[in-house]
Formats: sequence, structure tokens, C-alpha cells
Amino acid sequence: MIHPGLVLILGALVLPWLRGGLRSIVVVTLPLVVLALVWRVPDGPAWQTQFLDYTITPLQGDKLSRLFATIFALMAAGGGLFAMGQKSRIEVPAAFVYAGSAIGVVLAGDLVTLFVCWELMAVGSTLVLWSNGQNDSYRAARRYLMIHLLGGVVLFAGITGHIVQTGDVAFTRMVLDSPAHWLILIGFLVNAGAPPLSAWLPDAYPEASWSGTVFLSAFTTKTAVYALIRGFPGTELLIWVGLFMVFYGIVYALLENDMRRILAYSIVNQVGFMVAGIGIGTEMALNGAAAHAFAHIIYKALLLMSAGSVLLMTKRRKCSELGGLFHTMPLTMVCGTIGALAISAFPLTSGFISKSMISQAATDSHLLTVWLLLAAASAGVFLHAGIKFPWFVFFQKDSGLRPAEPPASMRWAMLVFAFLCIALGVWPEPLYALLPYAVKYQPYTATHVLAQLQLLLFSGLAFFVMLPFLKRTLTITLDADWLWRKLLPALVVQVNQPFSKARAAIWRSAQRLGSELLATVVRHHGEDGRFARTWSTRSMALWVLLLLLGYLLLYYV
Amino acid sequence: MDDKPHWLDQPRNVKRLWRGFLLVLALTVLAEWFVPLHPHFKIESIFGFNAWFGFGVCAAMIVGAKALALLLKRRDSYYGKHDE
Repeated sequence: MIHPGLVLILGALVLPWLRGGLRSIVVVTLPLVVLALVWRVPDGPAWQTQFLDYTITPLQGDKLSRLFATIFALMAAGGGLFAMGQKSRIEVPAAFVYAGSAIGVVLAGDLVTLFVCWELMAVGSTLVLWSNGQNDSYRAARRYLMIHLLGGVVLFAGITGHIVQTGDVAFTRMVLDSPAHWLILIGFLVNAGAPPLSAWLPDAYPEASWSGTVFLSAFTTKTAVYALIRGFPGTELLIWVGLFMVFYGIVYALLENDMRRILAYSIVNQVGFMVAGIGIGTEMALNGAAAHAFAHIIYKALLLMSAGSVLLMTKRRKCSELGGLFHTMPLTMVCGTIGALAISAFPLTSGFISKSMISQAATDSHLLTVWLLLAAASAGVFLHAGIKFPWFVFFQKDSGLRPAEPPASMRWAMLVFAFLCIALGVWPEPLYALLPYAVKYQPYTATHVLAQLQLLLFSGLAFFVMLPFLKRTLTITLDADWLWRKLLPALVVQVNQPFSKARAAIWRSAQRLGSELLATVVRHHGEDGRFARTWSTRSMALWVLLLLLGYLLLYYV
Repeated sequence: MDDKPHWLDQPRNVKRLWRGFLLVLALTVLAEWFVPLHPHFKIESIFGFNAWFGFGVCAAMIVGAKALALLLKRRDSYYGKHDE
């Protein structure tokens, strides 16, 4: 049995040395080989070894693991195709290390392997950001790494505590009965983009290259969703965390001007639906969360591909500078719109057949408040991403920009993903068959379709009626990253000031003392100093005479 | 590049799209008379629930976002200029 994640990581290490056609072939086929390997992973432990008294299981399969590994491999292939023309030679290999370690996380049977792959993901994703090569990306990568290392430390502390308490390293369901399990949950939630640290995501992802953000959107938050499904299903707290994320994403995206940051906020929003589903915790809800993660990776990648195409062809990223691109980028516009319809869960798209399961689970559990908030959030998704993104980028006013369509590899990547968005929406059975629990759910009933259409179309009406309120301005909205971009640096300066004053004073007096000492030494021992002077023979003879006289005197006394 | 204006650039066609959109909106609400809905919660059985709920919460979210913006909005060079 070969570990699929390991194959992708090792392949990534070879990739920087390949050139031309061979490289292009490997970039697309390697993830597909990995996909085939994922499907050969059997149920139960496949690799097992003893390490320091613990049973480590680096490779273990079940339906949930294979579902996530499948979409990660597909995403690596689609992203690789999209990034074919990427000039940076580091980005795609880094993205493959990132994807390979994400596959490693979801195929890990124990917490030690999970943690190692978890940290490797942080390294891979940081490199993806870094490889954009601009100062902003470098700084964003540093902030990103800082948050993920913090999350990693918390997770490590939790895992260590769990192992000490239970003596078992297996990754199984946990309940919040000890500080260790709380720490593990917090570690997972940091990567999911949960409050209070959600800001790392919209801060970092839009600073990657036109292709880098496509990779970044897929793995980190979704491995966290996987880990929550396996580790903490039915934890009620997660319902409220998820609902907070959903509305946070909507409100911040509504105020945002940068097209890719709008989409980054909507990642938090979409992951919020999944986290809320995990909190509900019924089989239907967990199926819904898993299916939504699968569908989300595809349509979010598609949305970011169309935004990446616009960025590459226009070199502009602000909605206030874009508009009217449908004239010359019709294919990019259509693909972006399909992604936008899918994220809004329009009937016949992938979002509809996955998200409606989470709402259904809330209904089945008679959670009226949760159901109402989820419905409100569904309307809000159409508002902040479903219409806002295509409208401000491709329509609204005519910016006068007439960019060409992106290169063929990018167009094909968008077409494949757009096809998948619709195919999954029209024919959900193959996805349903992959879900962890048996699916007894029919998305296409007249009630579901009609209710969803009313909800979305009237949300669209609200968008156009209130368009003057949504006019883009050259502004950002403060978020928690203000704490580590403004407050903490200012505090460091404040705290340092008295110290640096004292240090300067001590240094000055030490210097003065030193130079006085030096002057004294020079005066006495320097060239003209009393002790270093070359004495004349006459005076020496005189001194010897005096000494001898003194000696004589003392001798006779 | 042809100089012929795109059909979407003509105000006449935009007006047509608006009319079509409003017609579809009306149809989705009126369809409730013909499609048997199976409300689970009591609130769902109010006529056109999803329509007015969708419109209402979206309007509320926009207003809420604008209110938050009063407090948290900054110029986009707040953290320093972008180097592009």
C-alpha cells in the first residue's frame, strides 16, 4: 500500500527540476495518480507501527477520509492546470506539498501523524503565499505563519494532554471534558477560520498570486472541517461558532472592495455553514457538512480562478476599478457566474444539493432559531458573493478595460470546475454515495426548490434596490488583525520606550566613564605619559646614585 | 474589437431584464397556490414567507453592515500602501 499524500509530497520535491512539456504533464497527472491511490486505501488501518509505546497509524481509510482525500487530489489537479502558466517555480510544488500534507491529515489514524501533517500544511501554504514574491505577500505570509504556529502550539499542547490522560494516540471522537480536549478544539478552530482569529484568512489569502489563492482556498479550512467532523460531532457550541462565522463573512464581504478579499470572507461564511452542521451533529447534518465541504472546494476554486484571471489580465483587484469586463471576458464571466450561483445554492448547482442537507438537519432536529438563521444566511450568501462578486467585477459601470480572455490552460481549468458545479447539482447521487452515512434525502422536491428560489431571488431584489448603499469605496474594514498589525506593535514601542531611554542613559554614562578612564591611562602611560617617557641617562644615573646613597645610609644606621 | 455596443449596454434591454426579473419574482410567490408546501415550522406557513424573509434579512444585513462600517471603516492605505 502506498501513501497517496506522500506520493504528492515527494512528487512536489521533484517538480522544480522539471521543465516544459514534461512538467505540464506531471503537474496534472501526478494528482490524478494520487486520486487513484486514494481509492485503493482500504477501510481500517493500512500502515501501523510502534513508536515510543504508542501505536502510530499513518495511513487509515474510511468513507469520510476518502471523501476529503478525493476532493483534495481533484483540487490539486485543477489548481495545477490553472497554474500552468505561473512563472514562479516554487508555487505549484509548494501547493502540492500543501495538498499532500492535507491528504496526510485526512488519512491519519492517530493524532501524532495528524499533527505532523497539520504543521507541514502550514509550511506548504506559507511557501505558496511567499512565492508571489512581493513585499505585501511576504509580510502577509509572516502574519499567516505566526497565527498558524500559534494554532499549532495550542493543538500540540492539547494532543500531549490527551495522550498523557488516555495513553492512546488514536484520533477518535472526543468530548469537551478536559482542558486538553478544549485545546484540541481551539487548535482545529483556528484553522477553520473561527472567531476570534478569523481575520488571518482574509488578511493572507488575497495576497497570494493569481493562482496561489486558488490553492490556498481549498485545504486549510477544509482539513479543519474534517477534523471537527471526526473529533467533535454534535458539540453544541459549534452551532453558534458556525452561525457567527456565517454572518461575520457576509457583513465583512458586503463592506469589502477587493474582489478576492470578498471571496476570502465568503470562505469563512461557507465554513460557518459546515461548522454549524457539525454542531447539529445528526447523520444528516454531518453528511451535509461533508458534502458542502466537497462542493465548496470546487465552486470556491472556480470563483477564485475567475477572479485570478481578471487579476492576471487587468492587474487590478479593486471592485471600484473594475466593471464592464463581460465585453471581452465572456467565458471568465460565465464561469465566475456559475461559481457564484453554486455558492448561493441555486437549484441545479452543487451548493443546492449540499447546503440544503444542513438546513434539513436543523429542521429535523426542530431547531427553529438555527433554521431561521441558516435561511437568513443563505439569502445573505447570494447578496455578498452570489451577486456582488459578478456584478462589481463583470458588470456595474463600464471601467473601459477591455482585457482578453486568460490563456487556454486557465480557461480549461475554469470550464472543468464549472462543469463539476453543475454536474453535481444535476446529478448528486455519486457525491451522496461517497458521504460517510447513508443518504435518505431528496433535494429536488417542489417545496425545496420553490422556497430556495423565493429566498434567493428576493435577496437579489434587495441587492438591486439597495445598490446605492453598496457602492464601493476605497476602504477596508478593521478586523481582529488590527490587534497584531497595529495594537501590538504600538504596545511594543510603548513598552520599549522607557527601557530604551534607560538603556541610552546607561550607555551614555558608561561611555563617558570609559573615555575618562581611557584619558587617564593615556595621560600616565601614553607616549608622553610619566610612566612611558624615555628617561635620560643623566637622570637615571642620578636616581641610581640616590638609591645607592640611601642603601649606604640604611646599612649604617 | 468591434465597436458595436453590446446588447447589455442598451438601457432599453436593461429595462426589459428588470421587467423579466420582477415577473419571475411574482411567479415564484404566486406558485405557492399551486405547489403544495410542507411547512415544518409554523412561521413557514405564512404566505410568501421565504420571499419577504429573504428580502427583509438582506435589507437588515446591508443596514447592519453600514452601521458597523461607521465604526470600523478606514481608508485602504490604513496599513500602508499596496506595492502593486
